[in-house]
Amino acid sequence: MLLFIALPIVSVVTQSIFAPHPAVLIEVESCTPLVGCTTETTIDQEATAVLRAEKPLGRFVGLDIYFDRGHLAVNEVGALWATTDSLGAFFSELGNLPFYRAMAFTMTFVAVVTPLTIVLGLIIALAINSLHRHLKGLMIFFSLLPMIVTPLIGSLILFWMVDSRGVIGSALVALAGDPDFSLKASTGLMWVALIVYGIWHAAPFAFVVFYAGLQTLPKDQLEAAQIDGATRWQQVKFVVVPHLMPLVTFVALIQLMDNFKVFEPIIGFNAAAHAQSLSSFIFNDLGGETRQLSSASATSVITIIGVAILLSPVLVRTWRDFKGAR
Amino acid sequence: MFFRKVALSSAFALMAGNAFACEISARVSIVGNEFAAIQAVGAVAQECTGAPVESNLTSEHQTINVAGLSGNPSEYTTAIVANSSIVALMNEDVIRPLNDLVAKHGEGLQETQLIKIGGDIMAVAFMANAQHLMFRKDILEQAGVEVPTTYEEMLEVAEAIRSQGIMQNPVGGAYKAGWNLAQEFNNMFLGYGGTHFKAGSAEPNVNSEAGINALNMMKALSEYMNPDFLTHDSNATNAEYRAGNVAIMNMWGSRASQQTTTEGVLEEVVAGHAIAAPLTVGGGTTPASTLWWDGWTVGKNISDAEAEATFIAMKHGIRPEMLNEETSPLAVWLIDGYQPTDAAQGVFAAAQMGTTPYPMLPYVGLLHSALGNELADFMQGKESAEQALVDVEAAYRAAAIEKGFLQ
Repeated sequence: MLLFIALPIVSVVTQSIFAPHPAVLIEVESCTPLVGCTTETTIDQEATAVLRAEKPLGRFVGLDIYFDRGHLAVNEVGALWATTDSLGAFFSELGNLPFYRAMAFTMTFVAVVTPLTIVLGLIIALAINSLHRHLKGLMIFFSLLPMIVTPLIGSLILFWMVDSRGVIGSALVALAGDPDFSLKASTGLMWVALIVYGIWHAAPFAFVVFYAGLQTLPKDQLEAAQIDGATRWQQVKFVVVPHLMPLVTFVALIQLMDNFKVFEPIIGFNAAAHAQSLSSFIFNDLGGETRQLSSASATSVITIIGVAILLSPVLVRTWRDFKGAR
Repeated sequence: MFFRKVALSSAFALMAGNAFACEISARVSIVGNEFAAIQAVGAVAQECTGAPVESNLTSEHQTINVAGLSGNPSEYTTAIVANSSIVALMNEDVIRPLNDLVAKHGEGLQETQLIKIGGDIMAVAFMANAQHLMFRKDILEQAGVEVPTTYEEMLEVAEAIRSQGIMQNPVGGAYKAGWNLAQEFNNMFLGYGGTHFKAGSAEPNVNSEAGINALNMMKALSEYMNPDFLTHDSNATNAEYRAGNVAIMNMWGSRASQQTTTEGVLEEVVAGHAIAAPLTVGGGTTPASTLWWDGWTVGKNISDAEAEATFIAMKHGIRPEMLNEETSPLAVWLIDGYQPTDAAQGVFAAAQMGTTPYPMLPYVGLLHSALGNELADFMQGKESAEQALVDVEAAYRAAAIEKGFLQ
């Protein structure tokens, strides 16, 4: 526990409250092919090495990075609050700050994908459970395929299909009757595509969990309900779902966590222009030519806090059930 | 085992047809980009015998080269870099000055190949690169228009092609949100005479008239592009060109020779393909493009013996004899004895026209990232050019304060 969970988190938190030393810049003559020599600015390595040797962690910045424009943007939000006169204007301007724009997408994604995944998973589980036993194995395998496919590949395939020259893209162009119609050029449609992908990818997981739960369904309860004249819908509502409730909580927990960290579809769909998430920010910070470790660490810590807040209602409920059971 | 080695090395010597002297005594490990010219250099460097020469050539090189050259001893002994990516290595102080090694083993290298930063030789360049015009001469003839020399003329050409119904979206461009989009902005911004930073400081200077003009020109061009342009990188743009969907575009010189030789290129594209100098914009004389070099460095956190072996192997990789019919067209080589091929004329024209080199400043990578993240909103028509540039400067400033370039 200490080695695998506590230590990495401590190191990430530490990294996020320290930043690199102020760069010591010098002007030097630099020569390159086809251009010749010009005066350029570069880092004075000797002076920087002295600074680094003195304080290897860097300079202490406290929570500055958490509050800068790339993250919570405290000053910018304060200024917006003071200058905008209506709530609508405030929120539309807020969408200009990267963190809040990313949160708008992430929260929409979480709020839509999580419940739909659970409902779809339950429907598939019930449907397959009622099949003849010879068909079950085959159908289980096919239902699991979206989860077996690597997320990046799955999203890339969908991405090519919705390309304006792809199968779905061409069909949409024909339907819309506009040769310039493009799913990838519209933020709203891109969100829909990402959400559909999210459900498609996660539903098999919910299905497998619920299907396992259905195998433990007490037969006598169902028979009793049937004798009482319960319809199929009433059986599901009053017997099956209550029996699966702990599993629903479990799937909801895992899905909330996963969806909050949505990442692969954004990369696979090349959706950076339309949708961002905290995970894609970390990817950008570390993937640029100049790596921003402190910024990436701060975003990581914010992700941990965000997941904790999201999960708190479910966790509190589980805790109450647990205490009640004793 | 011994005999096999002897047999192998003599076979190699015979194959090369000359008694090349590339004998090294310590390991060499290369990390670099994956395009054809670099593959060629890596392959020749691996001819060296006496110690293993490993290479990891990948398009993800820039995300692994700093980590791979840190640590002591480091995983890689050399990184193949360009003007943009050498900055990160110098910022982290993981590459060594090559003055001693050049003095000892540098015979045959040309003075212009040496990248000098304040008296220290930090890299040895072997090829030049620039974005320039590629177009379909058959389509332009069909539309009855001249080859453009400015972006204003390119808009007219695009309108002519579209209005005559020849192509719906004749203009191509690597406008994918992120690095590519920022690079296209850099080109246009420099073409309008902009400078990225206030003189002698890390203060951003993109929110200027040149910046707004550059964005408006990019927006105007995007009207003639495939509506998915914000997801098209160089590869996707080239695929559109090869499929005959694009008639005119600004594209990397390093891709010029392979443009029509890939499998599945339409015949009319092969026949109609042509290249020309980069375009100017806004009445300026400096092309709206940037000049690049690619070269190799030697790591700092390795033993002197490994550094020496690396220098010898990499210099072997770019020796004049490596140029042949197959490798010559792959790039605009800076190697002695290089005879420019037709595919090289765009990059040479860029150099002759005085194209600005991509800035080699410690903080330019942060500005490039900020541009890539913030300009997509403007390109989608969600905000004004002024607002986009204000956002770019604010995003850059936050990052530069974190990295200690601004207070």
